Order: sequence, then structure tokens, then C-alpha cells
Amino acid sequence: MTPFAILTSIVAPLPRDNVDTDSIIPSREMRSTGKTGLADGLFAPWRYTDATARTENPDFVLNQPEYRGAQILASGANFGCGSSREHAVWALAEYGIRCIVAESFAPIFYNNCVRNGLAPLVLPRSVIGTLAGGTATVDLARQTVNGYHFSMDADAKMMLLEGVDAIDLTLKYRHAITDWQTKDRATRPWIYLEKRT
Amino acid sequence: MPGGDAFITETRAACMAAGITLFDVNDFDQGITHVISPELGIVLPGCTLIAPDSHTCTQGALGALAWGIGSSEAEHAMATGTLRVAKPKTMRVVYDGHLRAGVTAKDMILRLIADHKSGGGQGHIVEFAGDAVRALDMEARMTLCNMATEFSAMSGIIAPDDKSFEYLRGRRFAPDPLPDWADLATDDGAFFDRQIRIDANSIEPMVSWGTSPEQSIAISGTVPRNADANALAYMGLAAGQRLANLPVDVAFIGSCTNSRLSDLRRAAALVEGKYKAANVLALVVPGSSAVKRAAEAEGLDRIFTDAGFEWRESGCSLCFYSGGESFPQGSRVISSTNRNFEGRQGPGIRTHIASPEIVAASAIAGRITAP
Repeated sequence: MTPFAILTSIVAPLPRDNVDTDSIIPSREMRSTGKTGLADGLFAPWRYTDATARTENPDFVLNQPEYRGAQILASGANFGCGSSREHAVWALAEYGIRCIVAESFAPIFYNNCVRNGLAPLVLPRSVIGTLAGGTATVDLARQTVNGYHFSMDADAKMMLLEGVDAIDLTLKYRHAITDWQTKDRATRPWIYLEKRT
Repeated sequence: MPGGDAFITETRAACMAAGITLFDVNDFDQGITHVISPELGIVLPGCTLIAPDSHTCTQGALGALAWGIGSSEAEHAMATGTLRVAKPKTMRVVYDGHLRAGVTAKDMILRLIADHKSGGGQGHIVEFAGDAVRALDMEARMTLCNMATEFSAMSGIIAPDDKSFEYLRGRRFAPDPLPDWADLATDDGAFFDRQIRIDANSIEPMVSWGTSPEQSIAISGTVPRNADANALAYMGLAAGQRLANLPVDVAFIGSCTNSRLSDLRRAAALVEGKYKAANVLALVVPGSSAVKRAAEAEGLDRIFTDAGFEWRESGCSLCFYSGGESFPQGSRVISSTNRNFEGRQGPGIRTHIASPEIVAASAIAGRITAP
């Protein structure tokens, strides 16, 4: 995973609340079991007037010339709600989006972002309003965007900054995990029932 | 559906290679994950359970900590037996008193989301409590917890009680005898970061008007004056409009929210001896093969087909559009599902979510109708 360094980009505004993962990528655009080949399907319901023919809707923000190469997206509350499909994050990442600034995120989407090198930043609506449409610089180490401070969970920040794989991180504790499972097996054997397999 | 064959083929091969039990398409126990896991006694009180599907929170109804994750987290769980989780805050939603006749768990959760918005549960695990929750049967509790994700909560959970233990006893994967789980309840005086109280008696049958579950109102109400313009345009509605008596093209009963035997029984009771409106396409999709067999054993399939409903094979079905079958272009659908997003049931399809009772009554009337 690519470490998240300092990022400067124009900020594409998508001023809606509750942008759901069905809209970010509809299930009919998820034609493979892999993480690639999804960028064309990104925001298909809004980006195209005819999704089959890929006829662009000129009103959609990412079809406007100044925002075509945007790496930062600004939106409203509860971004990424709905289906847990990680394809939503893979499609955004493959398209070139590295950072989403929103008033809040749905929890599964937020975790999916962190595990794919895409920075989800929570900021107040007023700050998002000043960033949208302009150029912004995200400094994740300092937790600032154009000088505005944002909060981020330490584990998420570390994974993004260092581009580390979460499985590798956790496997450093494999002995502690095994020890806990051995104890748990004695107190809650039904969780590990052989009959359950 | 496009890509569906690759998905199934690769899943079968990967499960075989890793020694993972797969409930395949033709399995006797086939069904929607969140229907068959409780049915088979896979989810148990006090266990942690994760699945790469947002509606995994359904299974919190059994007193498990059950939540949805993405593919990368699923891979992490399988590789390490653990997940890295930031400790969530706690919220208790207490439903005091008793529900009025004709009001269901679906109405309870839609009312919560309408009052406190789709992002209202963010950062929290929600315990559902109170007399009206204790009074719900296990399947209704699953309906309530199912839509915790539409509230953006990490999960919903209900303390297990005698109803839970009775439900689990003798199920295929449940331990025998059952361990003592009676202490898996919130201590008196426990601290919650947030508490919401709702008077259950004040809850009316609910129906969504917009493109987010938070855009729901009592069926007797009107679309808000300040309604979101995008949602109104997509749904073909006007601010101030009544939802009652709005003509519908499709009535759909199914999904992990409302496709269990008790849901089908209540809907069947409302359509028995009647016939659907001529212009309405009406569908019933049981949540699992076991639900389908049980419903057929008591003749519910005949009640539905005699009333002009289609009786389908079990599964997720048309809760979401994946590129295969859809409803006729521009359909207005009254649906017992959980999501009314733009395009969720097909491009341009307008979805109103509601209880199976409202769906059944609306199918007969041809218009959105309270049971």
C-alpha cells in the first residue's frame, strides 16, 4: 500500500449528504472478483447519462474540466453509507482519489478507506465549504488541511502514513492471540465446537 | 447477473481449498446469511461475529456482537482470528411502553432513523432495550437490529433472555445443553455515552418518501415542506404531498429485514381471500430454504399465489439490482427491504420501504395503504 505523504490537489465538490456505496459503484458495475477494472464504473449513475454507452453527464463534477484530475473529494454527512462493498473504495482509488473530506463517514466505508491508502478526513461543514472547489494541501502527519486541524484515530493514521499492511501488524501479536484463544477455548468451548464445522 | 458466475465459481473453489463450510445454492440450508445463521444456531449470545456484509448487525438480536466489515477486514479476520477495532462508544435506545396494534419492529427502527438521522448512530454500538423490545419475538428483534447499519451504528444488540435461549435450543450448530448466558445483560446503572428514549405507543406505521431511510414518515403524514430537492425529483414527489393512496406498480416482500416465517405469516393474513390490484406486480421471496419449506407446510404459498402474488425461490432477490432481473422501467415499489437509495432496485426505480404489513395491504389496494 502506498504511504500517504503530503497531498496537494484541487478539491472536487460533491455537496450531498448520505452518498451511498450503491451510488459510488452500483453492483452491476462490479463484474470481477478483483480490485481493479472498477474506475469506469465509479459514480456511474450520476457520471453518465447512459451508463451502458458511457455517455458522460456534463453536469457531474468529475466530468468538468477543472475537476477531472482531482485527487480530493469534498462531500457532506454520512459519506459511504450502505453496502459494505470495498469496491467503492477500490473504484475511487483506481480513479485517482486519494482523500475524501466529509462531515462524517459511515463506519465500514471509513475502515475500507484506511486499508486502501485513501485518507478519510472528518471536518465541519463550514470548513468543507471553504475547501470545496479550491486547492487544498493535506498534511496527514500534522493532521492539517490548509491549516485546519482534523482528528484521526492513531491506528488509522499510522496505517495510512506508513502504508503498512494491517495483517502484518497484527501477526506481530500472534503468540498473544494464540494464548488468548487457548484460554477462551477452556471457558467457552461452544465457540470452538468441533460439531460446528 | 454480470460477473455472478465468476463470483460463485471462485467462492466454491476457495472454500474447498480452505476447508470452509459453504451453504451453496442448492444446499438444504441455503438462504440469506442473516436469516440462516440464527436459524442454524451459528450466531450465539456473547460471541463476536463478523461478515463482509453491512447487515451483519441483524445477528446482534441474539446477544452477539455482530457487525459488517469490508473485504480487507474479512481477510484480516481469516488470517489472524482477530480484527483491529477502535473501541466504539455506547448508546442505549430504550423503547418504553407497548406498540399499538399494526405497528412492528420495522416501524420502530424507521422511527428512530427518521428522528435521529442516518448518521445518528455513528461511532456507537447501540443496545436496544425497554419493554417494547422485550415484548418482540426473536424474528422481530432481528428486524430491529437489521437496520442499525442504516443508522450508521457499528452494530445493534439486544440482551439475550429466555426467548433467545428457547429460540436457539436444539438448532443444528447450537451447543447442547446451552451454556448459562443469563448474565449477558447490561448491569443496572451502567454508563452509556448516549441514551435515546422513544415512547413505543407513539410510533405509527412508517413509510419512506425519499432516497435515504432517514427520509421516512408516519403513513398518515405528508412529505416535509423542506424536503431535499434531489430526493423529491428522483422520487417524483412534491413537498407536502401525502404518501397514503399513492399508486404503486410493485409490492415486494423479502430481504434480510423482513423475510422470515413470522413476516410471511403476518403478510399472508392480510391478503388471504383477497386479490392484488390488477396493475401491481406482487412478489414474495422467503429469506431461506427453511423459511420457504415451513411456509409451504402451512399453506402460506397458496394464500399468496391465490392472491396473485409470485412465490419465489429464497434469497436476497430484488432487494438490490445487480444487472439481471429488475422491475419495469420507472416503477414505484413498496418494499419490505432496508434501502431506498437511488437505483438500489434498478435504474430509476422508486423504492418506498415499509413493513410487510404495509406492503401486503398496498398490493391489494394498488396504493400505499396502512394495514
